[in-house]
Amino acid sequence: MIKITNLTKKFGQFTAIDNLSFDISEGEVLGFLGPNGAGKSTTMKLITGFISPTAGTVTIDGHDISDEPIAAKSLMGYLPEGAPSYGDMTTWDFLAFVAQVRGFRGSEISRRVQQAIDEVELGSVSQQTIETLSKGFKRRVGLAQAIMHDPKVLILDEPTDGLDPNQKHHVRELIKNLARDKIVIISTHILEEVTAVCSRAIIISQGKIVADGTPAELEAKSKYHQAVSVRLTQDYDLEADLKDVPEVAAVEKDEENELTFTILTKEGKSIFAQVSEIAQSKQWPITEFHVSRGQLEDVFRTVTQLDAQPDSASGSQNQRGVE
Amino acid sequence: MGSLVIIFKRELGSYFATPLAYIFIVIFLISNGIFTFDLGGLYVRGQADLLPFFSFHPWLYLFMVPAIGMSLWADERKTGTIELLLTLPVRLSDVVVGKFLAAWALTGIALALTFPIWLTVNYLGDPDNGVILAAYIGSWFMAGGFLSIASCMSACTKNSVIAFILTVSICFLFVIMGSPILLDAFPSWFPQILVDAFSAMGFLTHFDSIAKGVLDIRDFLFFSVFIAAWLMASAIVIEMKKAN
Repeated sequence: MIKITNLTKKFGQFTAIDNLSFDISEGEVLGFLGPNGAGKSTTMKLITGFISPTAGTVTIDGHDISDEPIAAKSLMGYLPEGAPSYGDMTTWDFLAFVAQVRGFRGSEISRRVQQAIDEVELGSVSQQTIETLSKGFKRRVGLAQAIMHDPKVLILDEPTDGLDPNQKHHVRELIKNLARDKIVIISTHILEEVTAVCSRAIIISQGKIVADGTPAELEAKSKYHQAVSVRLTQDYDLEADLKDVPEVAAVEKDEENELTFTILTKEGKSIFAQVSEIAQSKQWPITEFHVSRGQLEDVFRTVTQLDAQPDSASGSQNQRGVE
Repeated sequence: MGSLVIIFKRELGSYFATPLAYIFIVIFLISNGIFTFDLGGLYVRGQADLLPFFSFHPWLYLFMVPAIGMSLWADERKTGTIELLLTLPVRLSDVVVGKFLAAWALTGIALALTFPIWLTVNYLGDPDNGVILAAYIGSWFMAGGFLSIASCMSACTKNSVIAFILTVSICFLFVIMGSPILLDAFPSWFPQILVDAFSAMGFLTHFDSIAKGVLDIRDFLFFSVFIAAWLMASAIVIEMKKAN
């Protein structure tokens, strides 16, 4: 398990990570969300021990990353942002190098390399130099080196960035399969990915946690949670029919689709029954009718824009710090 | 010790995976030939020794060694592989030393390949091979001194060209430190002990005696300590600068 306590990282005057504390236990797939420059990559660099915190601690299975870096790093597999690797080596040689550094010897090296290659389907390019590979293959080489030692903790910085939809699907399946007895932390700004693979999501903004919960819990914070969305065949005054229902907060007209409306509820109360009853009795000209679970995107925007707007200067500084 | 050897092998292998090592060796050998036979007048002197060969080495290394050393860390930073490397379970000191030793081994290979010049003087006369061997080792240690500066400068920047220019400048300073022109420039009131200390840091002060066959353990000790100090500085710079 990972224990992060009061983690703070300052770059000069600028605070990139501000007193972050959270625990992650086995079996959890944690999605790390946040706008660009919020501190996602910096947090990952701190957890993996690439950079040292200004204050606070990170312990991996009881090993403090600052005090016992080798023990802690042995437990982790890490795909850094951009999936860096040595371009002049072949896929096989590169993976064999990582296997050796990870402490494998003799025939175990080729067994591990072969296993990792099979797992991420790199067999066709195992003898090619990495610099000649496409972006998707390079990312998979990065994934292969991260998973080859069957680590307890897997930290992936934007693992599906630059992959096509099939590859994305494949990587997500891979993460789900790996996740059973491990801790997986992924950072992403693709929100559908969080719903697809994560059991928990943390949204950070300006180095602070602004939301933490299961994807479903976060969706419930959305103003679209329990909202009823209807699509009509012709124009109709819905608001007139709904003004007597106390739970209805507002009726929103969709900007893109002419005859689509969203009926928002107050405090996430269910209005499905009432609305469907009214729709039937008043004979609304309906073609579609469904209840929304809530939109993660909406929650993301709400929680990250609240305090992100006042100074744009720190945003550019943040970029530099994270890079 | 394990990961140091693995990193050493990978680094040395990568020099030979690209044309870099071959180009370096070929240019090193050609320049050595020109310096020794044309400019140094090995034949004209009529003496069976390799003094003309070795006395050009500081100037040859001044440009050739930074060319190998400039990318030691700058490229790792530029491509982001430094993050991969330093989050593997390895000690930073193993990486710094492993990388340095690989580059040093390359200069050693290039130096060893100048053996035809040694064969030539042995064919033509009867040189003192002990002196020559000592000079070879001394020359290699001096190359290590240059390389350790390159390692530190390369850690300072993402740009290997900047690393090259910085390294050449600093190496030049250390080469001329012991030369009379520079020492005479000190005003007479300047404490003699500081002038001596300054001169003692010069590469030429130590290398000239080695090249002439004066085997003083202190000269080798100087280069060893010099290398260790610059490698420690490299590790400190990497630790400080890896975040940006």
